[in-house]
Amino acid sequence: MAEQPVKRVTDIGPPHYEKFLHPLIKKNYGNWKFHESMAPGVFFHESESGDRIYTVRAGTPRLLSTQTIRAFADLAKKYCGGYLRFTSRHNVEFLLDNPDNIEPLKADLTKIGFPVGGTNNSISNIVHTQGWVHCHSSATDASGIVKAVMDALYDRFTHEDLPAKLRIALACCLNMCGAVHCSDIAILGVHRKPPRVQHDSLHKVCEIPNVVASCPTGAIRPATTEDGKKTVEVVEEQCMFCGNCFSVCPAMQLNDPENDGISIWVGGKVSDARSQPTFSKLAIPFIPNEPPRWPGVVNAVVNIVDVYAKNAKKYERMGEWIARIGWPKFFELTGIPFTKYHIDDFRFAGTTFARSAQIRL
Amino acid sequence: MADTKHETKLLDELEKGPWPSFVKEIKKSAEKNPVGHDLLGQLELSYRDKISHWKHGGIVGVMGYGGGVIGRYSDVPDQFPNVAHFHTLRVNMPSGWFYTSDVLNKLCDVWEEHGSGITNMHGSTGDIIFLGTTTDQLEPTFADLTANGFDLGGSGSDVRTPSCCVGKARCEWACYDTMKLCNDITQEFQDELHRPAFPYKFKFKFSGCANDCVAAKARSDLSIIGTWKDDIQQDDKAVAEYAKNGLDIQKDVCNHCPTKCMDWDGSKLTINNRECVRCMHCINVMPKALRPGKERGATLLMGAKAPILQGALLSSVLVPFVPEDELMDTIKELVDRVWDFWCEYGKNRERVGELIQRVGMGNFLDAIGLDAIPEMVSAPRDNPFVFIQTDEQEAE
Repeated sequence: MAEQPVKRVTDIGPPHYEKFLHPLIKKNYGNWKFHESMAPGVFFHESESGDRIYTVRAGTPRLLSTQTIRAFADLAKKYCGGYLRFTSRHNVEFLLDNPDNIEPLKADLTKIGFPVGGTNNSISNIVHTQGWVHCHSSATDASGIVKAVMDALYDRFTHEDLPAKLRIALACCLNMCGAVHCSDIAILGVHRKPPRVQHDSLHKVCEIPNVVASCPTGAIRPATTEDGKKTVEVVEEQCMFCGNCFSVCPAMQLNDPENDGISIWVGGKVSDARSQPTFSKLAIPFIPNEPPRWPGVVNAVVNIVDVYAKNAKKYERMGEWIARIGWPKFFELTGIPFTKYHIDDFRFAGTTFARSAQIRL
Repeated sequence: MADTKHETKLLDELEKGPWPSFVKEIKKSAEKNPVGHDLLGQLELSYRDKISHWKHGGIVGVMGYGGGVIGRYSDVPDQFPNVAHFHTLRVNMPSGWFYTSDVLNKLCDVWEEHGSGITNMHGSTGDIIFLGTTTDQLEPTFADLTANGFDLGGSGSDVRTPSCCVGKARCEWACYDTMKLCNDITQEFQDELHRPAFPYKFKFKFSGCANDCVAAKARSDLSIIGTWKDDIQQDDKAVAEYAKNGLDIQKDVCNHCPTKCMDWDGSKLTINNRECVRCMHCINVMPKALRPGKERGATLLMGAKAPILQGALLSSVLVPFVPEDELMDTIKELVDRVWDFWCEYGKNRERVGELIQRVGMGNFLDAIGLDAIPEMVSAPRDNPFVFIQTDEQEAE
């Protein structure tokens, strides 16, 4: 008899989370009463029943080898019955029922190079994208810049001495896989040259109407080459380098070693606490790519953080601080030059113009 | 497989410094699988050339699915043959990113057998990312994943892997069970998640309160934000305790209230709960004294997205309050109507938020059968260019 093929399993979805919950969490699910910080990166939650679950949070580089994941699993086995989780900002959290295990766990984490912190008024881990490690449209690297910036801001991760929490995110192009556009500080890879149309291959690999329709400013038109090939042409002064045409068509080459680089945006937030969610605003239009340690970006971010830390009041997020002091003061204090590129000229640009005579003079 | 180490003079600079190094992580992986050496080699070349050496994706996947695998090919395969094909799998994480050591070890077993051993914990959308394998390993990886109870996440024009905050598992502010709802919605829409049939991506994100720990308001097409309807639970003794311990309640709490609905007379805190907008500031500052009310549920907001293509959008209010026990049914009915309209009228690569901008919120509300209410706007329109519909004029 012929062997029956194994039935292919599909559409099972993720495993049910309940299987992975610490017994104490399962027991007190939905019955937590309050939480309290114990040290940077360490806090506990107490339930109505008086049970306490302790959390130790450590930063990771997001890109992890299986060896490191296994090392985390071993630590969880050793100190907390094998229960751990990750956060939305790429931190790892160990969930303990015995507070005596906190210090030994911290010591072990430090020994293998993972810093404990990232809570409350610290700079938590940088949400980021793939960059040159794995992406085709990246205008810059991601992991390398994050590493260089976090090396410089290491003490801000392990201490909670900022006026409020500060969230940094990095996206390596305007697609923003990291949705960085509502961060206290956003590091954003930018292209600055129109796409170079590969006329020889475009008609073979792309649908021309799709390429034309992909352009938000109508800068792409159908065209024919001198030797009769169907292709497109780009009205270069209408291009704002969004890269959408490259996303739909590989023959619209955009990456450019000399002109790609980084922009810095500030003052966004997603939380509703105090003020409503806001987008980050342009602070620095362009910093060149400077691998391997990106000194321009590192210095720019550290400068903004330092000026904010020195001048903001307690509880003020970056954007709330700037709203109080005004943008002219922000540019003055940070020493960042203000240029015509800071003034919006895309759709409905007027909403960000100063439309009142209320000016701090 | 050739085990060729490449010179990585530039990348070695990123092993220095106190923050954990991704270069060290790739080197560790390379000890087990030489793919890592070629990844480092190609990355070093990118660091020299200041440009990506990955080609535009290709269509690869597992049988019967249209999403979950991102095709990736090197543009210098002759120099780095081990990463000539270097595809990514998105693996749907459990709600709240909770794991046991055992299950993490099993995931590692799968990925060491079939791929590079390099991961992201986690990708921006929330998936476990398996970074780098060849086309022939996709099916075997998938088979081993499902054997261990895992499935792929979304990619392309489908429901993207829904994600949620830690919710009731470890947070006293969760106004609904984010982990359960996220899991239930993910299971409900398995077909929509694995088989792209939309104009573009659709993201669900679940946050248990307005602090919004998964940034739902900034990046999800449907943002489900926990809130409450009755009064903030207030423990006056605990308030006094905070004051005694040095918290300046007037300055640190009342002065930051966006609607100035709180009064502190030096001994008693009075909250006008009808003017409270549930911003969470006072609760954040005094977690032992103030807690969300007991009549809990969520606000549904729609339309957030990153800038591509017409500009970034934040989600805006569709339904101000849905009681917790009605959330699942309400969301199912709502997305059913929204997807119907979007699939019929949406343009290629047009997110729901952009469709709303293009057709107008009024028309969108008509299409999905919701009445306009003042909670949907920060202010009524300030321009007089109203598209009054002729049939309504005739009816008058």
